[in-house]
Amino acid sequence: MKNTLEPAPNKTVNPERWKIGNLLFSQKTAPYLFIAPFVLSFLLFFLYPITNSVIMSFQEILPGERTFIGLENYSRLLNDHFYRALYNTTIYTLLTLIILIPIPLVLAVILNSKLTFARNFFKSALFIPALTSTVIAGVIFRLMFGQQDSALMNSLLIQLGFSPLQWTNNAYTAMFLMVALASWKWIGINILYFLAALQSISKDLYEAAAIDGAGPWTQFRRITLPLLKPVTVFVVTISIIGGIRMFEESYIFWGASSPADIGLTLSVYLYQQGFDYFDLGFGAAIGLVILFITLVFNLIQWKFFGLFKKEED
Amino acid sequence: MDDRQSKGGKRLFQIGSLLLLAVFTFLALFPFYALLLASFKPVTELLRFGLNLKLQPELLSWDNYRYLFSDAAQKYLTWYKNSVLVTALATLITLFFSSMVGYALAIYQFRGKNVILTLILVMLMVPGEILLLPLFEQTIALGLIDTYWGVILPAAVAPFVVFFFRQYALGLPRELLDAARIDGCSEFGIFFRIMAPLMAPAFGAMGILTALGAWNNFMWPLIVLRSEEMYTLPIGLYGLLTPYGNNYNILISGSVLTILPIIILFLFFQRFFISGMTLGGVKQ
Repeated sequence: MKNTLEPAPNKTVNPERWKIGNLLFSQKTAPYLFIAPFVLSFLLFFLYPITNSVIMSFQEILPGERTFIGLENYSRLLNDHFYRALYNTTIYTLLTLIILIPIPLVLAVILNSKLTFARNFFKSALFIPALTSTVIAGVIFRLMFGQQDSALMNSLLIQLGFSPLQWTNNAYTAMFLMVALASWKWIGINILYFLAALQSISKDLYEAAAIDGAGPWTQFRRITLPLLKPVTVFVVTISIIGGIRMFEESYIFWGASSPADIGLTLSVYLYQQGFDYFDLGFGAAIGLVILFITLVFNLIQWKFFGLFKKEED
Repeated sequence: MDDRQSKGGKRLFQIGSLLLLAVFTFLALFPFYALLLASFKPVTELLRFGLNLKLQPELLSWDNYRYLFSDAAQKYLTWYKNSVLVTALATLITLFFSSMVGYALAIYQFRGKNVILTLILVMLMVPGEILLLPLFEQTIALGLIDTYWGVILPAAVAPFVVFFFRQYALGLPRELLDAARIDGCSEFGIFFRIMAPLMAPAFGAMGILTALGAWNNFMWPLIVLRSEEMYTLPIGLYGLLTPYGNNYNILISGSVLTILPIIILFLFFQRFFISGMTLGGVKQ
């Protein structure tokens, strides 16, 4: 099982041609040497661990001892922590989608218009949060959302006539913190994706539409939106993957265990079980659930966008 | 948005969009101001009252930064050095291998090429979490736990970077290939001496993106790195965040100095950041 360090598949060469000079000059063998690092890394750091992950999920793993236990890890998933993690992950993913698709799209359209002032300044400014690590973003957010009455957000609440909140101790504010952090960090990146797609739309289309008497709103609805479909599908896809595998936004506020699981997500659950409790088999089962849910979410999305229909519209 | 719009409509669009952009720009940048302000305040003040926007000039000082460079905060400088080292190594290695793979996928016709392209897309679609536990076991088995290689090697051939280089290499002039072959250049010579320099913008974009990713990387180093003197900045800073904030003086000024170089780099090399983000995803 451990021996996956096989050479890359370039075995078709005759023994007498195995001279290094020939290899480097031959157009037949060179591509295989070029891709050898990928093949090696794929086998060692992807295929082997994935296979192992599936096997591990059917095992009970103790130091130096692995026992096959069938579906027991999966049946153990039916517990309140897991349901909570599943619930939090789903809500988090949906909320980030609701925020991180339409808002960046609108901002990108605005930034793409020649009428807008200081476009480059705004583009850069909106992108800067994407440069921070989640840890540093977490430092900032924890300071701003401190528990003290005088801390930034609480003092704002008090001034507006509300009572201060224990931000990291309540299920709703916990979700708010995670979604706010993710939205802050990702908005600029999604703007860039939409902006790049907008810039590749031909100006002629808009001119032709204008001649036909289409106003800006009709142009947006009939030209911009349909032509943005591929990039939208792409952004939704990566947002779904990012949402379901979310770990850092929760981990920086609560570590691996939060009060009443308010910050528990599937990835945090995996980390907690795998690395804090060393329950590797159970952790592997959680990993496969993450993979499965990602696929289901994306299949629904692709169906929604009509990706499985062939060339109609 | 076109010429036929009335003057009033244009004006309204301009004012509305400016307002909207101003609001979002404020939301994007304000947290940095809050961090910067906190970094100049005494820790005791932060612990008692939390971060607030009272300026209180008499409280502001460079003390936290001075502390950062004193012997007491030696570990911060060690983490900084580690982060620079890991980022540089990871970037060089990822660029070296991924550019070769991407180039070969664009330039050569060979059996198995489509299989590899499919595998790359599959790798992009699979959430890395399911690899975490088996990779952890593997890292232990290979003796790479608590080493920089354990952090760097699993990501040495990054599917996204390979994909980006392939897209870029598709546009390289093929005539150069034949000319170089006639001149007796080896296939590797062609890549390193002729094609790689032509891909400089791709190296720029992917270099910056990979470096940013490595600099900010958290989850995998958190698992691999075990001893404090091996920590990178995100892991070290995270450790300071949790134990009841008694290290806030390093944490906050340390966070400023962790993000500042990246922002400066970004302002200089915006073009590369932006092309790195966009090309791979959109042009398909």
